[in-house]
Amino acid sequence: MSLTDEEMTSDALVAMRGITIQFPGVKALDDVDLTLRGGEIHALMGENGAGKSTLIKALTGEYAVDAGSIAVAGEQRVFHGTADAQQAGVSTVYQEVNLCANLSVGENVMLGHEVRRAGRIDWRATHRAAVGHLQNLGLRLDTRTALGSHSIAVQQLVAISRAMVTEAKVLVLDEPTSSLDRGEVQQLFAVMRDLRSRGVAVLFVTHFLDQVFEISDRCTVLRNGRLVGDYPIDELSPGRLVSLMLGRELEDLAALSGASDRPVDRSGTPVVRMKGAGRKGLIEPADVDVYPGEVVGIAGLLGSGRTELARVLAGAEHADSGQIEVAGKAVRLNTPRHGIDHGIAYSPEDRRAEGILGDLTVAENIVLGIQARRGWRKVRRSEQDALVSEYIAALGIRPANPHVLIRNLSGGNQQKVLLARWLATAPALLILDEPTRGIDVGAKADIQSKVAELSEQGLSVVFISSELEEVLRLSQRIVVMREHRKIGELASSETDVDGLIDFIAHEGREGAA
Amino acid sequence: MNAVMKHRLFWPVVVLLALILVNTLSRPSFVSITVQDGRLYGSLIDILRNSAPLMLVALGMTLVIATRGIDLSVGAVMAVSGAVALQIIQDSGDAANPSVLAVAIGAGLLAGLACGLWNGFLIAVLGIQPIIATLVLMLAGRGIALLITRGFITTINSDPYKFMAQGYVVGLPFAFYVSLAAIAIVAVIERRTALGVLTEAVGINPEASRLAGVRARGIIWGAYAASGLLAGFAGLLYSSNIMAADANAAGLYIELDAILAVVLGGTSLAGGTFSLAGTVVGVFTIQTLKSTITFLGVPPAVTPVFMAAVVVLVVLIQSSRFRRWVGRLGGRLSVRSAQPVERTEVAS
Repeated sequence: MSLTDEEMTSDALVAMRGITIQFPGVKALDDVDLTLRGGEIHALMGENGAGKSTLIKALTGEYAVDAGSIAVAGEQRVFHGTADAQQAGVSTVYQEVNLCANLSVGENVMLGHEVRRAGRIDWRATHRAAVGHLQNLGLRLDTRTALGSHSIAVQQLVAISRAMVTEAKVLVLDEPTSSLDRGEVQQLFAVMRDLRSRGVAVLFVTHFLDQVFEISDRCTVLRNGRLVGDYPIDELSPGRLVSLMLGRELEDLAALSGASDRPVDRSGTPVVRMKGAGRKGLIEPADVDVYPGEVVGIAGLLGSGRTELARVLAGAEHADSGQIEVAGKAVRLNTPRHGIDHGIAYSPEDRRAEGILGDLTVAENIVLGIQARRGWRKVRRSEQDALVSEYIAALGIRPANPHVLIRNLSGGNQQKVLLARWLATAPALLILDEPTRGIDVGAKADIQSKVAELSEQGLSVVFISSELEEVLRLSQRIVVMREHRKIGELASSETDVDGLIDFIAHEGREGAA
Repeated sequence: MNAVMKHRLFWPVVVLLALILVNTLSRPSFVSITVQDGRLYGSLIDILRNSAPLMLVALGMTLVIATRGIDLSVGAVMAVSGAVALQIIQDSGDAANPSVLAVAIGAGLLAGLACGLWNGFLIAVLGIQPIIATLVLMLAGRGIALLITRGFITTINSDPYKFMAQGYVVGLPFAFYVSLAAIAIVAVIERRTALGVLTEAVGINPEASRLAGVRARGIIWGAYAASGLLAGFAGLLYSSNIMAADANAAGLYIELDAILAVVLGGTSLAGGTFSLAGTVVGVFTIQTLKSTITFLGVPPAVTPVFMAAVVVLVVLIQSSRFRRWVGRLGGRLSVRSAQPVERTEVAS
């Protein structure tokens, strides 16, 4: 497990030793080591708040270290800003793509490195160079199109090619896969393997455990700002890794595994029934029933129509065909408001853009759901306080202060606040679109067990996630989507991840194996 | 002391007091108030009286800005409402008849409301950008007002109408009571009900609010309607003050003063959380500044330059970054960045 100091520094491209960073009132990092070798993919793991981002920011020069040393390629360095780190060969692709959406793809890739001739930018040569860099990553794009017109996945890859323009020796990827579908993840991994073979050290930060095991060679684990250890990935199992990150065994998740086998009574009237409801250009007409106390999972690749199906069901998109019945009666669902009035709560996919209201407090964000329903009549202060403290306690929202602005909370806690907003409206059907994306393992376990608990008590849930394990674990029935079409349904007790992947990939395709 | 300094209204109030202090130092009579025939007179009373139209307009502007919008048409709307009211009074030939006055005032307010509804329709329903949508009426409004007055400056002679802007009630100008009533009504509607927080939600993130079930379209539409109605009333006050409907001069550039008042009061142009109390302070600041110009005898030719210089100074004083910078220059770090985590409710 642990290597001697000599072994660790001998072929190290980056050696961070004894890194300590202090913020007012907290030690964000306390005596942490990180070693990156050329030609390895190194995963950095830990819960939110464990210090991953802080450590990355120390490596990329964004934060100054209070104690400790950073050596790149054997040379001691003190970074006074990101420019220093880039000079030393450390490039970063951040979680939120840091590019200019209104510039062209080529301009983004080459920004600051445009090909110049006689003091002017030679745009043709610049775009040609950009095409070359993109092709190295297997991307074929018209470099003159606006970056914003491409999917987040493509933008991510553009960000990586931009990092490669600077001929980085060390590439830091902070949550690069959180908005990619499986195919795109494989494309990214191919790029990462290629970089590894060229001797680049890749630091990979992610919440997806399976990806860590699939791609990385070594793994550094942090917990509460301290180093837990540096491990070759072969010596770890997923369970062991999670235990290291949490500092406890994962009994909570184990207890959940029974949820998918729970029998659901489908003899009565469904809570919500979609009959051939669809919308041109978004999703083809589909039938979906959700019964009381049932968790229906929706699986499919990103862009397969999962989200669109949920939005039609919630009234966020107006269906132009078929009908939707609530408790047996056909209803009009033209706006989210109609959905809410019929007890359908929809927690959207993009937490930041469509879910939270960053400049309002946790309390105001929780109360907004019932407040909107009541219109101008203000929710009484006493009722509000009772409600807010109840949900903060029940969902374990941290910090447990209702008057903090929600934008200061971690992703997991923001998601819990959104869950609280909808639960407070006492919905008949709760639609959760990617409720666990980009949040840490602890919060993920909390949300999963809450969903299992609520459905056991009779709440109907539609659960959408890119993580098939999660969908399988929580739902009794899985609706599978592909190319904006429902291609079938599976009982989760009768399948597993491989079965589900196979179904997503091949079901109903002519000539498929 | 620290808690007081971190209050969002601390710097706006400091600026207002500083302005009054400068005036008083240069001429102590600035703060003197005399009683004549049971009425109060003095520069401060003038400020209360003259600020009424701007107060109404700025209150409406606050709501519009809170929804992430802007209303450039308020000055033109003032011209329209004044023209409608005065034309009705003039055409009736009976300027003292109470029912004629009631119809005229009602019609003027309705004209303002209609303008606001038009703006709201363009923005909330058709999705046109607020700055463009209200620019339409900003340009067209004065033309409409001229059509109503048939190209002339309509003048009337009506003592009851004159009372709105120039009359006194228990020693204080009637116009000041109009300001107070408008502040109270808007504050009660926004803060005693949930409308205020729903408006803020829409301003912070319209799509998230819609998905949370907030009727965003209605709230945005309502904000422009309120702005139009308040601007309509301001137009009546303006016409009552000069007893004429001057389509080209009524409310000229008042949209800029109103936006400035809102910003000075600490409401961000990016929308979201807003402060009505801040706007009130901002309006008094601007009106005091205008009095300062006349009071100090700044020559008319350099008035805009003087005004601009003071505004820059005021904005700098309110900028936490600038204060930190000055603090460092002075070697003192007593002023810290005011990034309050906790919100204080502005209940009026």
